[in-house]
Amino acid sequence: MEPTKKTSPVITALNQPATIRRRKWRIFKDKLAAHSMTVGGISVIIAICLIFFYLLYIVYPLLMTPNMDKQHQYTTPKLEAGETFHLAIEEKNRIGVRFTKQAHAIFFDLNDGKTITDYQINIPVGTNITSFAVADLATDVIGFGLSDGSVVIVKHVYDLDYSEFETQDVRIIPRIEYPLGEEPIVIDEQAQALIQLDIQLGEENNIITAITADNHLKIKSLAMETSFLDDTTFVNFDDAETGELLLQATITHILLDKEQRTIFLADEEGQISYIDINDITEPTIMQRLRVVEIGQEITAIEFLTGDISLLIGDSEGRISQWFLVRDDNNNNVLTKIRQFHQQRFPITSIAIEERRKGFVAADNIGQVGFYHTTSHRNLMLEALTESPLTHITISPRADVLIAEDKQHNLQVWHINNEHPEVSWASLWGKVWYESYQEPAYIWQSSSASNDFEPKFSLTPLAFGTLKAAFYAMLIAVPLSILGAIYTAYFMAPKMRSMVKPTIEIMAALPTVILGFLAGLWLAPVLESNMPGMFLLIFLLPIGVLMFAYIWRYVPAKIRHYIPAGWEATLLIPIILFVSWLSFTLSSPLELLIFNGNMPQWLTSELGISFDQRNAIIVGVAMGLAVIPNIFSIAEDAVFSVPKHLTMGSLALGATPWQTMVRVVILTASPGIFSAVMIGMGRAVGETMIVLMATGNTPIMDFNIFQGLRTLAANIAVEIPESEVASTHFRILFLSALVLFIFTFFLNTLAEIVRHRLRRKYSSL
Amino acid sequence: MKNWWKSGDPWIWLTAASVTISIITVISLLIFISVRGLGHFWPSTIVEAQHIQPNGSTIRIIGEMWDDETVPAARLRDNGIEVEGNWVKRYLIKTGNRDFLGFDFRWINDFELKQQTFPQDLIAVERKEWGNFYGYLKAVKEKNQIIAEGKTAWVELQKRLQRAIEISEKIYAIEKDQIGKINYGLERLRLEQRRLQLNNKLEPAKLASIEQRKAVLNEKFAELNEILGKLYQKINRDSLSAEIMDGRIVDISLAKVIRVYQPNTMSLLDKMQFYLMKVWEFLSEYPREANTEGGIFPAIFGTIIMVLIMSVIVTPFGVIAAIYLHEYAKQGFLTRTIRIAVNNLAGVPSIVYGVFGLGFFIYFIGGNIDQIFFPEALPAPTFGTPGVLWASLTLALLTVPIVIVSTEEGLSRIPSSIREGSLALGATKAETLWHTVLPMASPAMMTGLILAIARAAGEVAPLMLVGVVKLAPSLAIDTYVPFIHLERKFMHLGFHIYDVGFQSPNVEASRPLVYATAFLLVMVIIVLNITAIWIRNRLREQYKTLET
Repeated sequence: MEPTKKTSPVITALNQPATIRRRKWRIFKDKLAAHSMTVGGISVIIAICLIFFYLLYIVYPLLMTPNMDKQHQYTTPKLEAGETFHLAIEEKNRIGVRFTKQAHAIFFDLNDGKTITDYQINIPVGTNITSFAVADLATDVIGFGLSDGSVVIVKHVYDLDYSEFETQDVRIIPRIEYPLGEEPIVIDEQAQALIQLDIQLGEENNIITAITADNHLKIKSLAMETSFLDDTTFVNFDDAETGELLLQATITHILLDKEQRTIFLADEEGQISYIDINDITEPTIMQRLRVVEIGQEITAIEFLTGDISLLIGDSEGRISQWFLVRDDNNNNVLTKIRQFHQQRFPITSIAIEERRKGFVAADNIGQVGFYHTTSHRNLMLEALTESPLTHITISPRADVLIAEDKQHNLQVWHINNEHPEVSWASLWGKVWYESYQEPAYIWQSSSASNDFEPKFSLTPLAFGTLKAAFYAMLIAVPLSILGAIYTAYFMAPKMRSMVKPTIEIMAALPTVILGFLAGLWLAPVLESNMPGMFLLIFLLPIGVLMFAYIWRYVPAKIRHYIPAGWEATLLIPIILFVSWLSFTLSSPLELLIFNGNMPQWLTSELGISFDQRNAIIVGVAMGLAVIPNIFSIAEDAVFSVPKHLTMGSLALGATPWQTMVRVVILTASPGIFSAVMIGMGRAVGETMIVLMATGNTPIMDFNIFQGLRTLAANIAVEIPESEVASTHFRILFLSALVLFIFTFFLNTLAEIVRHRLRRKYSSL
Repeated sequence: MKNWWKSGDPWIWLTAASVTISIITVISLLIFISVRGLGHFWPSTIVEAQHIQPNGSTIRIIGEMWDDETVPAARLRDNGIEVEGNWVKRYLIKTGNRDFLGFDFRWINDFELKQQTFPQDLIAVERKEWGNFYGYLKAVKEKNQIIAEGKTAWVELQKRLQRAIEISEKIYAIEKDQIGKINYGLERLRLEQRRLQLNNKLEPAKLASIEQRKAVLNEKFAELNEILGKLYQKINRDSLSAEIMDGRIVDISLAKVIRVYQPNTMSLLDKMQFYLMKVWEFLSEYPREANTEGGIFPAIFGTIIMVLIMSVIVTPFGVIAAIYLHEYAKQGFLTRTIRIAVNNLAGVPSIVYGVFGLGFFIYFIGGNIDQIFFPEALPAPTFGTPGVLWASLTLALLTVPIVIVSTEEGLSRIPSSIREGSLALGATKAETLWHTVLPMASPAMMTGLILAIARAAGEVAPLMLVGVVKLAPSLAIDTYVPFIHLERKFMHLGFHIYDVGFQSPNVEASRPLVYATAFLLVMVIIVLNITAIWIRNRLREQYKTLET
């Protein structure tokens, strides 16, 4: 420091310790403020970004491919008790059970293969087991067909013991029950062996069906009855209904559906017979057709959960899905729906998932393939062993697979396969759902029953969204853009300063109010005044033009009372009058042309179905909601067109309208475009209006008189009741993500265009 | 004509028509809501008339004229009714007495309605259940013994009704406040016990103390129950008997009556008084009968609480983010991108925020809070379920772009000369901000906040996912420690409109209430918006003078 400055009193004051301290403190505060502002600002921005990433994080598992990992391997427990014919796992994945061909039920610990209980099923002395049947998986019922023409039915039951719940996990005690009694049920009076067997136990009725040694199909139906005394149910053995049918081919598989209406028989020739048993006493073969290619045979056949679809595996590893489709003549025809061909060797066993439309197939080179029918996905293929797999089973929750091979090794695999029902095709394409006549776009996410096929097609929702937005824009765009042009360019400044805030206030109007008015007031009013509305659309421009024409011939004295730029006020009475006129004429017109009821006339004469809450209502209500958004931005764009451009044009002799069209609109068109984009974004994401003003039916129909369901309304309706982390939940998040990206894209586009425009104006 | 077309004048008129249509729609919408909403509270007269049945006989109809419409006669002919002419006017009559007649609304054709009169002594009874009652007062009874009949009955009824209402208030106070408090205390004791158990600290001494406190509460409960029993006996003492439209004489216990009035004798002044009373009831009372009757106080309260919490969250964060973007961030491509992104977020559908709030705040954060802080209540969730805190947070996120954009606009309007002046005088950047820039930008922040509040108050879709319910049993603020219960669900004006208008079992009866609620909501939002616009305009004026 130079010595001269030491003498300066200012410097002395500045260098006093207190001042220095204070200065340091100030600098510290400044730095602190800068840092905390930066941290705060950035964290807010991160929080905003979080929305996108969190949605992505929830959606991401939908895209993950499934995988499986091996948990245990051991030799089949209690091999001496006979060969396995069925494997099952209990709900908590702790105990497995093996039913053997010597009538044993062996419960074992899934973790180590140790036998827990070996249960000998009671069969009459001197008989042996000739066939087996597994009823609907959810019932845990197994049937044994005996050599004397009778059947024993058992059920594996797991009792939960909570007595030591405080200290350790629930104990599971397995046991065997005889739901129809321990006494064997006689199916064949001639006491012939039962070669094939299937059973279904229901709440009201039980059916046992079997093929006897002399190739007869036998059906026995046992009704359940309720005791009058204590409300318990029991089987009525006395009034059994029976049916019989002689068969030609040698049957390899028999399947009875759980609704107890149809039987499918697979034979050695690769054909399936579809038998209707609505009348038990007279079973009829409705159809017999080849389901595998010539030279192939049916090696495995199973019902998909729900017992509507058949899964047929052949000796070349193809698995095809078939179900009954009602044809034009109202006949049920067994139809091939889709085929999977991931495996190349004979399918030995098909294990179906109990609660989803997925299944697992094992083949004779030790591979298992995972599939899902609705999404038509080959999920994965894994080689478990070298030798042929004889039995596979999947746990009720579809997370554990056990497989037994020819060498009597039992493997336990953990499966990670959370969302097999999602594929690009199942979300956006046409899918042939069970019991439908043809492939279709359908959104139907849930139902009360466990084996319901969820229909997750986003197409009808996206369609509904665009339909609603389209009709809203149809109303909003002309009104708001023309209005913006007039307000910005022709209107007197004083009037403009009143008009603009009024319309902008509408932007703040809660949409729930618009929706409520549209749904509860406008919808019924329009339904009874439909011709009036169309008349109004038609008469309004005509009325305005007529008035404008007449106005020219009004004496100048009167005309000059209205200052320039206030003409719009003149139109208020005209518009009110035209509206009143249209709605007064509505009813007579309806009577004259539409027999007094236009909606009914539309349906009966034109075949157009009519909903009270239809696309017109949505269009009007959402149009009103969008008008202020578009108006405000478009008005700004038109208003900020540099004045010298318009002045120049007018000075060169162009009329105001020519200037408008050739100069102003052209210059402002990017701004108008961005206004429309922003309006579109708003219309696409609007929830309450569509929720209240439409019937929320997810249909694909561009009919203006029908309702719709949008992505946003769908989320609002369904997410509160969807199970967290389920496929449905994630798909709803996906639709939110789609909305987010779509509107974000539209808005960004609009914003960029607007920025460009602003720069252009400033350079002009 | 041709020239006229060529000049483009018709087009200009058409553009003018567009503005006019928009303005007319806005204004008529507001007028419509106001008329419907405000008209609801006016006591309407009760009409008595003869309704001619198709077989020629007549029945007496007593009720309020609710609505009318004109339908083509052809539609009626389709239904097998013989009519002359082309048009039939028909009325919607609210006959009330749902418990005696089965339904409380009926459409009656004009030509079937004869001898309309407005008898002076018809009474209307507002009840706690079954909706309104209309009929002729016949007698007042005490324990089924007639006390007063004829003219004196009306006077006697007023006296006894007053008593019944007083008792009913006492019952309410005991049930809601005192017993509610006991139940709350018992629940807290249960949770305390469970918490100690989970932490393995449930020593006998503590257990005994809990048990003792429980016993005290239970004893109190028994006492109150006894008092309640007596009060119920007292309140059920009196009843009124009245003749309804089909001639039956029915008894109504005064315990169920809220008020009785004779609308046909009311003077204009009486009606105005009645009107104001009804408006006050609407604003201050709880809803009754599945939200179709009574007031909307919990919805108003819920909306205010939610908006307040949201404001507390959104203001600092929005302002900080705006200051960062405008004053601290390096102005370049990145900042510009962020600015555009923030701007765009205001256009992202609100339901998306709702989905995010549900997934992130409720299931993720709320679920974890429950695991860590409220394990004793599990599996019943405390914060892992929709509630007012999560709703406020979600809406804060939804409105933060509004505050940012508005504040930034305010900041950019402050001439740089002011900043530079302050810096030149030796102030640090923080001091400049704090002492000059922010005070000048405060109206802009205010505008942003008001716009945010207006948006939040009218938003419904996201709230449906994150905390709003049709009927909240208790408010988010009450007299039980810790007084503010942010985990509770709440009611909201906008959702109330949706719920009562669309999910209500008796849509016709609840419709006026929906209009009234809608009117209130619209008014609140318009006032907020006008304030914001006014502040914004004043602000602009202020800086105009600074710039010159």
